[in-house]
Amino acid sequence: MPLLSIRGLKIHFRTPQGTGVAVDGVSLDVAAGEVVGLVGESGCGKSVLALSILRLLPVPPALFAGGEIRFEGRDLLRADPRDILALRGNRISMIFQEPMTALNPVFTIGDQLAEVYRVHRGQSRSQALASAARMLGRVGVPAPERRVREYPFQLSGGMRQRVMIAIALACRPALLLADEPTTALDVSIQAQILDLMLSLNAELHTAILLITHDLAVVAEVTRRVAVMYTGRLVEEAPTAALFETPLHPYTRGLLASIPRADASFQTESLNEIPGVVPSAFALPPGCHFAPRCPRAAEICRREAPRLEELLPGHRVACWRPVDG
Amino acid sequence: MDELLRVEGLVKHYRVRRGWGGRGARVHAVDGVSFAIAPNETYALVGESGCGKSTTGFAVLRLIEPTAGRVWFRGRNVLALDPEGLRRMRREMQIVFQDPFGSLNPRLTVERTLEEPLLNHERLSAAERRERVAEMLEVVGLHPEHRRRFPHEFSGGQRQRIGIARALMLRPRLVVGDEPVSALDVSVRAQILNLIVKLQRRFGISLLFISHDLAVVRYVSHRVGVMYLGRIVETAPVRELYENPLHPYTRALLSAVPVPDPRRRRTRILLPGDVPSPIDPPPGCRFHPRCPEALAVCREEDPRPRRPADGRIVCCHLYGGSPPGETVSPAPEPGASPPTPEERRT
Repeated sequence: MPLLSIRGLKIHFRTPQGTGVAVDGVSLDVAAGEVVGLVGESGCGKSVLALSILRLLPVPPALFAGGEIRFEGRDLLRADPRDILALRGNRISMIFQEPMTALNPVFTIGDQLAEVYRVHRGQSRSQALASAARMLGRVGVPAPERRVREYPFQLSGGMRQRVMIAIALACRPALLLADEPTTALDVSIQAQILDLMLSLNAELHTAILLITHDLAVVAEVTRRVAVMYTGRLVEEAPTAALFETPLHPYTRGLLASIPRADASFQTESLNEIPGVVPSAFALPPGCHFAPRCPRAAEICRREAPRLEELLPGHRVACWRPVDG
Repeated sequence: MDELLRVEGLVKHYRVRRGWGGRGARVHAVDGVSFAIAPNETYALVGESGCGKSTTGFAVLRLIEPTAGRVWFRGRNVLALDPEGLRRMRREMQIVFQDPFGSLNPRLTVERTLEEPLLNHERLSAAERRERVAEMLEVVGLHPEHRRRFPHEFSGGQRQRIGIARALMLRPRLVVGDEPVSALDVSVRAQILNLIVKLQRRFGISLLFISHDLAVVRYVSHRVGVMYLGRIVETAPVRELYENPLHPYTRALLSAVPVPDPRRRRTRILLPGDVPSPIDPPPGCRFHPRCPEALAVCREEDPRPRRPADGRIVCCHLYGGSPPGETVSPAPEPGASPPTPEERRT
């Protein structure tokens, strides 16, 4: 049984403009200790999906329209709110893109990290502060005994993200949801943070669901990837297979539209995916990608394709997948 | 080199007060930057946040006033211009901003936004202006009927097209692009990058392209300057820089860029710590506290720019070569590779 199992999840948003579809029947598993990438462009529903796992979506306007999310066998969407509270920061943690807004500016780093130990581990204030300093040291914050007394504004962006990771991993969670954790960071700091996440994954056996728009980051750290487009999963595969033989025209188009910095690879011209992502309030019938797809046929505009396993472990939702 | 723009020893310091009633301090945002851009050339300034790349771009246009240095545009001293002279020169130097949401006036239609430069700088009839706007909309890939719409009716990519159209309305010779694609999604970013490359060629523009993204910079530019803590540490033609980076900072930076190829296992050069504060830049070479190859001399002596090969400038004690500006034209050293540890020790 996978650690996290999402089945047919549907999330809608009720707004004055009408009902928008944010997540449209997504099924995805994460096994214990696995590092999985969830990738897509802005508005594809990847963050909404991640937030829904911890029930962090405001309901309303969000609306769970179907499906289930099982974590360690328990159905999170129907769980008691108190049980969810006990899970958050304990069995499942989350880190966000902007550590400055995720941290509370009026509490010290130590207080915020110690809170996890006090709430979930029942430690005393002084015990919790000592645990906090130890954890800060583990995530590579220099002089942790001094840092626990500092406030978020006194830290650099990279250090703040390390603090967020320390808070998230304090209780050795089974699952870490990382929503664009390095997007706000400089490239050299990004490399440090990704390395840290991977080493903690190996050390604590924490599974990671990495939500990002950056395919290069996905290529470097994940073993499996799911690609989302307008609320639907369009392709899912082992990372190497996805980059080597992308089957969905959207995935293929995305991969060909990334400029590369590595010397061995010269980008002659960048592929463009024509048009724009359709609005969640006006999704086309059939396959959502059909209006932008070079391979679209009659059936694509009429009927939505189902996610099917075309190669071992490689699933794609496309009527006319690209041949390997 | 035929030059459109020459920047010499550009400096921008900010005065800040540290803490409440604390003593004044100086932020060395840009600290002696020199470069030149030829006509039709795309020159990129690349570096991490706070390195001074955007400040440099703004100072060149005098959108902020530099503390010291010289800026020559087509042989004229930009920093000596009076307001009217500057206003006139601005028609030849334009800018595209990073944020396609914040850089367009939400109350103006696209047509009004694009007309504005014409109203300021050219005497045209309403019909002529409308024609120029329609023309430019087509050039940047928007429909003529878009002209009556407001910014909020457009996606980020389309807004960036409007920003580019506005910058090109007066047919400038120089455009500064300040992270023009950083706020865009992958597929849209490719559209805008291709548009930028196409328009740079079509209009023969010189482009000062400012970005933190090494992959994007490689795609659009002809020559690249790598910035660190207010200085350019290395300048090279794009191909040479990516195939054979010389400065240890450039090498570390390139090694840290993630590559969309899961089979590639690389050795990253992980730089320790963070970029030091530009209030107290380290003595000697500013990169030495994080440099994996620092020598004793790096702690004390600021490295002078050296020209280890044709067209390349590097500020690093690991390299020899003549200082730039001297007429000795050095034969390109074989590969211009850094000395091996053995060589350095001798």
